[in-house]
Amino acid sequence: MTLLKFELKRSRISLAVWTAAIASLLLICLIIFPDMKGQVNELNAAFSSMGSFTEAFGMDRLNFGELMGFYGLECGNILGIGGAFFAAYIGVSSLAGEEKNRTAEYLLTHPVSRTRIVAEKLFGIFCQILILNAVSMLTSIVVVQAIGEELQMKEFLLLHAAYLLLQSEIAAVCFAISAVLRKSGIGAGLGLAAILYFLNIIANLTEDAEWLKYITPFGYAEAADIITESTINPAMAAVGACVTIAGIAAAFFVYERKDIY
Amino acid sequence: MEVIKTDQLTKYYGKARGIIDLSFSVEEGEFFGFIGPNGAGKSTTIRLLMGLMRATSGSALIYGMNIGDNKKKILENTGYIPSEAMFYPGTTVSEILKLSAGLRHMDCSAEARRLCERLQLDPGKKTDELSLGNRKKTAIVCALQHRPGLYIFDEPTSGLDPLIQKEFFEILQERNAEGATIFLSSHILSEVQRWCSRAAVIREGRLAACGHITELAGTRAKRISIVCPDMHGLREALQRIISPNSRSPVQDILSVHNSNSIRDKSPVRDFRSEGNTASFLWQGDIKKLLDGLSQVPYTDISVTEPDLNEIFMHFYEQEGSL
Repeated sequence: MTLLKFELKRSRISLAVWTAAIASLLLICLIIFPDMKGQVNELNAAFSSMGSFTEAFGMDRLNFGELMGFYGLECGNILGIGGAFFAAYIGVSSLAGEEKNRTAEYLLTHPVSRTRIVAEKLFGIFCQILILNAVSMLTSIVVVQAIGEELQMKEFLLLHAAYLLLQSEIAAVCFAISAVLRKSGIGAGLGLAAILYFLNIIANLTEDAEWLKYITPFGYAEAADIITESTINPAMAAVGACVTIAGIAAAFFVYERKDIY
Repeated sequence: MEVIKTDQLTKYYGKARGIIDLSFSVEEGEFFGFIGPNGAGKSTTIRLLMGLMRATSGSALIYGMNIGDNKKKILENTGYIPSEAMFYPGTTVSEILKLSAGLRHMDCSAEARRLCERLQLDPGKKTDELSLGNRKKTAIVCALQHRPGLYIFDEPTSGLDPLIQKEFFEILQERNAEGATIFLSSHILSEVQRWCSRAAVIREGRLAACGHITELAGTRAKRISIVCPDMHGLREALQRIISPNSRSPVQDILSVHNSNSIRDKSPVRDFRSEGNTASFLWQGDIKKLLDGLSQVPYTDISVTEPDLNEIFMHFYEQEGSL
């Protein structure tokens, strides 16, 4: 637990900055919702007449005039993209950062097994993801109350569960990448998150590319699907869970055998 | 009891050489030096010993155990200083020391305080602002604060000023007197000569020599440069000094080429002459040389310490030659 505590203490500032940024964006979005509600007809007309873009972001199926529709679109994108980048960033800098900063030699010459080190680092990553999501959810709940609206709890929880899985999946894949790399792979991690996001947009645009939704975690975290169908696509989520487990397993396997120099 | 024992330890980085067939052992309670020029494979050996890397072939045992299978047990009783000590940015020295103790499930704060005082290290310093010397000191305290039985140090003195170096070696001698085994690498021969009881010499990844420091110190040679108008007379004089019965004068480097082995008793090596200046390595009684040269009309002479590379070139060329 020593390493876990140290890791969390060391990353407290970066976690605080990311959490504050995402939570305050959610706050701002929700505060302007009552204003937008008044202009809902014009907005819906505008948003549904943007051609392909309408479909790309699922705006054809969500009603901007209802809180959940608005929350899924605006806030979903904030937590979806922000959370994905955060997960990629902390995942990819975790193990590779030790070698980039040349601290691996210090850490790995203590009587702690590498399995233990990987486990505590991984646990630290998931703790950070949980904190970020918990604060975001609480912010949303409180602000929704404050503006006198009501959340559809089931859809709200499903949506956040999907984002949690999405962030875990990206973090796990990036963690595996960081076990292989010797240098910092922050560019690779953030790039991966961006590519996955765009794959989902492509899948939304053309029916031929719908299979992409099984590759990218943004497929099962699509707010329009979750809110209109009140469920997370089980097949896509299962693929996501498998990728998460595979990423974690790969990280343990690779790091146990890695030469540190 | 053998604390460290390597048997034909070999490591390749892809196709690049790390170390080849390295076999040596360190007994309990020894102060052991591991000497070699930069890039010889010292750090590779130490990283293999510490379990940071896996050997391509051969084995390394510490306390008779394989590091791969008994890493935790071995490292509990080992203190390590890496050649380039780096620490987490945004922390302080005392946080690093506490983390190190915490990872060992120990409270070493009293010993850490004592060591920081002796080495003049301020535990409140931020790691980002540490100089090379202070980083080294932090690594030293990390390696010493839990009072292990085995110390493995990779060039521990680089970056330390002479006073702190002295203090550091005094601490090591105290620990050594209490029974601890010390294994340190260095490319500074005099440092090893002064503190270590036994040493191994590594060159281009292979063991060049291993033995007691007094035997190794026998190779302490001087580089002699002489300006002399009568070069032929000088060669004859040198030959008379080496073997009084022989008449053939000392030849340039070609003729001594096959006398690289340290077993070869010729005290003159690497003889080169150019114009009226001759230069050679002299390993032997310096008075005998100067007395012998009194007949020669030299106009200038200089006696200097050869650098370590020269010594390795001319005294440790053959494997296990000591």
